[in-house]
Amino acid sequence: MIMSSTPTLESLHFKNRLYWLLLAIGGLVVAAGMYAVHLMEHHGHIITGMNNQIVWGMPHVFAIFLIVAASGVLNVASIGSVFGKAIYKARAPLASLLSIAMLVGGLTVLMLDLGRPDRIIVAATNYNLTSVFAWNVLLYSGMVGLVVVYLWTMMERRMNPYNKAAGIGVFVWRFVLTTGTGLIFAFLTARQAYGSALLPPMFIVLSFAWGMAVFHLVQTSIYMWNEKVIDSAILQRKKHLLGVFVLGSLYMVATYHLTNAYFSQQQGFERFILMDGGIYPSLFWWGYVLLGNIVPLALLYTPGIRRDRWAALAALLIILGGFALLYVFIIGGQAWPLNLFPGYEVTSTFADGQIAAYSPSIYEMLLGLGGLAIAFLITTVSVRVLNFMPQDKPYIAD
Amino acid sequence: MSDMDMDRRNFLKTSVGAAAVAIAPGMMLYSVAQAKSEGASSKVRWGMLIDTNQCKPGCNDCVTACNRENGLSGETKSTDSQWIRKIDIKDISTGREISLPMMCQHCENPPCVDVCPTNASMKRADGIVLVDKHRCIGCRYCMMACPYKARSFVHEPQTGQNPDVPRGKGTVESCTLCVHRIDVGGKPACSEACPNKAIVFGDLNDENSEIAQKVRSVASVQVRADLRLNPGVRYQGI
Repeated sequence: MIMSSTPTLESLHFKNRLYWLLLAIGGLVVAAGMYAVHLMEHHGHIITGMNNQIVWGMPHVFAIFLIVAASGVLNVASIGSVFGKAIYKARAPLASLLSIAMLVGGLTVLMLDLGRPDRIIVAATNYNLTSVFAWNVLLYSGMVGLVVVYLWTMMERRMNPYNKAAGIGVFVWRFVLTTGTGLIFAFLTARQAYGSALLPPMFIVLSFAWGMAVFHLVQTSIYMWNEKVIDSAILQRKKHLLGVFVLGSLYMVATYHLTNAYFSQQQGFERFILMDGGIYPSLFWWGYVLLGNIVPLALLYTPGIRRDRWAALAALLIILGGFALLYVFIIGGQAWPLNLFPGYEVTSTFADGQIAAYSPSIYEMLLGLGGLAIAFLITTVSVRVLNFMPQDKPYIAD
Repeated sequence: MSDMDMDRRNFLKTSVGAAAVAIAPGMMLYSVAQAKSEGASSKVRWGMLIDTNQCKPGCNDCVTACNRENGLSGETKSTDSQWIRKIDIKDISTGREISLPMMCQHCENPPCVDVCPTNASMKRADGIVLVDKHRCIGCRYCMMACPYKARSFVHEPQTGQNPDVPRGKGTVESCTLCVHRIDVGGKPACSEACPNKAIVFGDLNDENSEIAQKVRSVASVQVRADLRLNPGVRYQGI
């Protein structure tokens, strides 16, 4: 019924009800997340799965995914504004909206996971200039502001002349932003999983793939909602670009692990994370490599699979693969013990020399999902009340 | 003089008296608190030299003393704070076994201070690395950055605290080198409690101090010296 080519009164009624149902579901998930935060505030982090060994857990997986994807989704806008490609320019407003929505969702999770979120004013007024976290406070909030201005230059006709300048500003800012996110880990000199200059560029290329995947999924939903079919030439180009980004990010991840595996001192860690670390190698190979890369690439490139729904499935798998990779990277990276005494077997009451255990609790899952739901609500309401539907010109000039 | 004037005069007298009674103790306490207002001196570098040859495997006296001094529970669940812990290490090639205490190493270039977004992690002029409990937002980045796993996050509400050592749910904490004792001329509880005097505490910059003389005369190492953090805690016999 809803896929009929001409909307009927019945289908409009149905969609109206569906819209409110989606809002209600999103609102419920946000409410559940806020309740989890309330409990975490009351009881402390004791009710999460996090501990003194795994200090960053599931909330950070959600938050970092959202923030990285928020930067990457702007690729669509950059290709339009900076490189002047018409079909991307038509999609820049939607990309900007998604970026703001995911940034807000991700930052909310990050902030509410703090031990003292009530001291957010302290974080906003005390900046340690050597701390990449302090830089990120400015980078993330600046990004939201800049994208709002960029959207303004697109949606307000009088501001159109400033669109190119704002587009270039966003283009540069998001590279710096994702570099900042990668640097959070790159600056951790003592931990074997991190402390590598490869991480910022790796996060940038991952952001391309994850952002594009999110964009594609949302675009497909919007086209379905409006009972339109995306132009097959445009779909084909989008699919190819997504495929290239996925290949690029797989290359970066492979390079990170291969360089590690080449250094004798890192081989124990690589063996753990890729071979005998239990959940981590499973998530890496089955979750990230197979479901998050190989299957989507097959869906994108196999001739004959042309339906946009298959591309949407590929995008969904890429997103889930991203979560799997971040779980391995963030949690697995902390599970591997710090090497205080190279060449010695180490034991203590503080889990020295042991693989750290972690099982996420329902509360931190709800917090993370709450962040996703915030992004979902911002997107759904905005797409409903403003015009974010891509408007393609009949002739594709470039 | 009218009754009203008298009333007013009495009222003013009573008010001034009441105000004096109310403020005076506060003023006195204020002056007590201000008595030791001179800051830490950068001429001093507090440190410890730990002789692992004297540290007995199985002995936990330093840990117990630290827990008592700082109001820690002494439990060792993964969410419990451990400011100092005993580590047993065994040389893989020779089988030689060593036991030693591990705590905040009070680095000259502390990564925890570098990464702290709000400057809550800080190094005093005399080399003691501390967390400002009023500024810590509980982001735990310092715990990710510390190579010695010296920091703990307070996962639960705290009761029965030592007034000298405030602790708070949702903030990060670690060995303070018993700064509250040092500031009144004392030494850290662990150093005092060690039955074999394996932990020598003192001013590394004072060439006449016991610690400085020992550091000059015996071979000592800094843990993870390759990171060039220049910890104030050194180990002998590793």
